[in-house]
Amino acid sequence: MSPGSAPKPRDRDEAELLTALQAGDEEAFEQLVRGLTPRLLSVARRLLPREADAQDAVQDAFLQAFKSIDRFKGGSKLSTWMHRIVVNAALMKLRTRRRKPEVAIDDLLPKFANDDAAHHVEPINDWGESALAEVNRNESRELVRAAIQRLPEDYRTVLVLRDIEQLNTAETAERLDVTQSVVKTRLHRARQALRTLLDPHFREPAA
Amino acid sequence: MTSDDHTSINCREFVDFILAYRDGELPDAQRTAFESHLSMCPPCVSYLRSYDVTVKATQVLCDDAGKAPAEDVPEQLIQAILKARRA
Repeated sequence: MSPGSAPKPRDRDEAELLTALQAGDEEAFEQLVRGLTPRLLSVARRLLPREADAQDAVQDAFLQAFKSIDRFKGGSKLSTWMHRIVVNAALMKLRTRRRKPEVAIDDLLPKFANDDAAHHVEPINDWGESALAEVNRNESRELVRAAIQRLPEDYRTVLVLRDIEQLNTAETAERLDVTQSVVKTRLHRARQALRTLLDPHFREPAA
Repeated sequence: MTSDDHTSINCREFVDFILAYRDGELPDAQRTAFESHLSMCPPCVSYLRSYDVTVKATQVLCDDAGKAPAEDVPEQLIQAILKARRA
């Protein structure tokens, strides 16, 4: 069935929608699914590069939400509640599926001399004043998204949760079952690795 | 730029400290050493600037997150979710 041929459910406000969901109203479930799936699929795709995994995580999240909708008290918005559930579903998917071979994080980190001064071994390119404006261009956004997908999984996950989904360090540590110190280390390395991957795009052209 | 006393740090330590510095979590002595190193090491100035732009570039995606939901949601996914609920 195409979106055009489906009868459009009447939009309700949040409280009305919740009441209808808890009463088992089919139209309310359709409104919830159609309304939130685009955003939730975006979240899942950031954590799960394989499209099939991302769609599975969204479906798992909705099924979990449907089971517990009776216990939802409305203390947060439905979209916030569902965001939390889809992040958990995506993390569960990450834990259970086999990993692809990936680049070693050390290969993407800066290198230093093995002496007391520990200078940068490789030249550090200046990104110039224009780089800050450049990040807002659509082409750069796509490039940044693609570079994030190239990060090793443990590091990509922390970067996405902290810098994009805006979870704090404690929340991220709890979701991943690691210490806050591990979260900070992975975030810092992930940012450094991402910087390395973005360097060819953002550095100032040689004079 | 050597770490031969407690008031100076080298380039490796500078890079290690960036996250804590930006989060305001460096103790006073280390923050002073960090800023002192920054004042005299052009490569680390460039590194910090590019690190900050990298963080900004991901924040731009974060700003997108709420505003740019997927535009290519497969109808099969919607139908599969609704069907699974009814099952």
